[in-house]
Amino acid sequence: MNAQPRILRTQAEDTLAAEFAAARTQLPGSTAIASAREAAFAAFQKVGLPHRRVEAWKYTDLRALLRSVPPLALDIAVDGVVPADPLIGFDRARIVIIDGVFRPELSDLSGIEGATITPTVELLRADDARIGARLGAIDDAVVSLNTALMVGGVAIDVPEGVTVARAIEIAHVTTAAIGVHVRNIVTVGADASLRVVESHVGSVGSAYQANVVTEATIGDRAKVVWAKLQAEGDASVHLGTLAVSIGKETQFDHLVLMTGATVSRSQTFVTFTGEFARAGLFGATMIGGRQHADIMLGVDHAVPNGQSRERFKAVMDGRADGIFQGRIVVRPDAQKVDARMMTQGLLLSEESSFSAKPELEIFADDVQCAHGATSGQIDDDMLFYLLSRGIPKAEAETLLVTAFLAEAIEGLGDEAIGAAFEAIAGQWLAARGSEAAA
Amino acid sequence: MLEIRNLHASVGDRQILRGVDLVVPTGEVHAIMGPNGSGKSTLSYVLSGRDGYDITEGEILFDGKEIIDMPAEERAAAGIFLAFQYPLEIPGVATMTFLKAALNAQRKARGEAELTTPDFMRRVKVAAEKLNVTQEMLRRPLNVGFSGGEKKRNEILQMALLEPKLAILDETDSGLDIDALRVVSDGVNALRSPNRSMLVITHYQRLLDHIVPDVVHVMSAGRIVRSGGPELALELEANGYAGYVEAAA
Repeated sequence: MNAQPRILRTQAEDTLAAEFAAARTQLPGSTAIASAREAAFAAFQKVGLPHRRVEAWKYTDLRALLRSVPPLALDIAVDGVVPADPLIGFDRARIVIIDGVFRPELSDLSGIEGATITPTVELLRADDARIGARLGAIDDAVVSLNTALMVGGVAIDVPEGVTVARAIEIAHVTTAAIGVHVRNIVTVGADASLRVVESHVGSVGSAYQANVVTEATIGDRAKVVWAKLQAEGDASVHLGTLAVSIGKETQFDHLVLMTGATVSRSQTFVTFTGEFARAGLFGATMIGGRQHADIMLGVDHAVPNGQSRERFKAVMDGRADGIFQGRIVVRPDAQKVDARMMTQGLLLSEESSFSAKPELEIFADDVQCAHGATSGQIDDDMLFYLLSRGIPKAEAETLLVTAFLAEAIEGLGDEAIGAAFEAIAGQWLAARGSEAAA
Repeated sequence: MLEIRNLHASVGDRQILRGVDLVVPTGEVHAIMGPNGSGKSTLSYVLSGRDGYDITEGEILFDGKEIIDMPAEERAAAGIFLAFQYPLEIPGVATMTFLKAALNAQRKARGEAELTTPDFMRRVKVAAEKLNVTQEMLRRPLNVGFSGGEKKRNEILQMALLEPKLAILDETDSGLDIDALRVVSDGVNALRSPNRSMLVITHYQRLLDHIVPDVVHVMSAGRIVRSGGPELALELEANGYAGYVEAAA
């Protein structure tokens, strides 16, 4: 982080300071949580919004991108329109969080026997130790801001040995131009199994800002599939963080699909805490217009014998900027770690861009680590082959882009979620095709 | 069927076709032979509408209609098919998805109804059996991991399904052993018809033992420099292209 004292604050930073000052006494939680909020806001104020000189935020300069900050969701009576369900047809239980507030009456918690759902507010009041437990090593201003202002969200508990029958969607819906700070806590016991879809949608045209932090602790030998769908409203800002620790012999498969928001940043921090765990980490970005989408991945191989596979694909159209930063750390004692990271950008227009920054920090000597990054356009030879068979250009491009993204989406290894996400990719491509035809 | 008049084409500053004149009547099979670099493959790409070539002079009439400004996909729907010298591997695109997209796109462009899935499956099965294209190959992504022979068989399978009026076979024999050559040639010969013309581009005479042409043309330095019957191919095999390269230089 920047060591220089900062004097000039942006308008957005001033607004956030005023909002925190006004809200601090109303924010839920025990005395300990209240001091944690104070400390977190002080940490945020010290560094301010991330900017390009902060290495981890090099390509997403929030100081420049966040011109203003909307009012906090707290105490604002919102009765906006709930957008259409992008996962319609996909079978899952739904935890619905509207404008930062868990709404049990709109949720469907059937078919998830064994799992317990609790509003995060109750954990805050009870000074629950799980709040902040996964964030210790993360030095990030946006996470600090979330800790200072967090209100809603849910905690999901899956006890040892329980296999949750249905996938659980945590649906984050924002209906008005407000600032939302959600904290979710997910705990999966040893030998348990859970499939999560974390979705983010919001009203079209609404300049809201959603800052969602999820802390997940996955026990030994557990199996967790975690897919995230970022399909936020077109005028919004999405800041999402998932911090997860995975125990011994766990299998953790994670996919982030980024297609919404005007500015978005999705951060996933995975820490290996037990040996022989395997993580499959995948990403698919599809953006156009003037969208900016940044995926940040941090993998901490803190123990030996871990395996991680990282494959991130991004498709950019219009004047969109796609970004991927992947950082894999292998600690001194973490021998026999096997980590392979690949990131590929596909540019569909002259004015789009893709930036990739893979980083490997390896302190152990007996490891296998590899990374690769490519960026390019649709292959002319492949395109001509399809055209020469009579397939129209838009359809040929759709076939090739779908194939490009499929490698990442199918990597998750969950057929139902994969099909739902491929359908969303298909809709994006169809919309692109009809714009091209218009 | 196909009439090419004084066709000149270049890539960047390089002039490749320098006045090609060629007429392929309906139902005939014509071969174009010539040394490397004579412009044979360029001619096949220009005929099928690949981007990147500047047509500086001349005309291409297909069924009496000028096609130079027609995009590749429209030429395909009009009935021009190119069997590639090096068929592309396209990971992530299933062979069956590709075949169905191609077939239905062409039908749609011609104002015909799309095929039902059972009808499509039946057509593929019939054509695939004749060409030793296995179900396993059809399940793979398009051409991915196919041997040279498998790729060429897959090209002829596409030709059989798409039923073009004019098939251009670009070095179809390259990379084939004698058994694969026979399967591919039999496949092509089965598609010979009074309504279909073929343009067989090859460097070697051996393909023409299997696909016997009505007319053989020799191409050199971007022009057709000689035309004759099938015996012309044998003469080239005996004497080589040396005389033509010198003549052109």
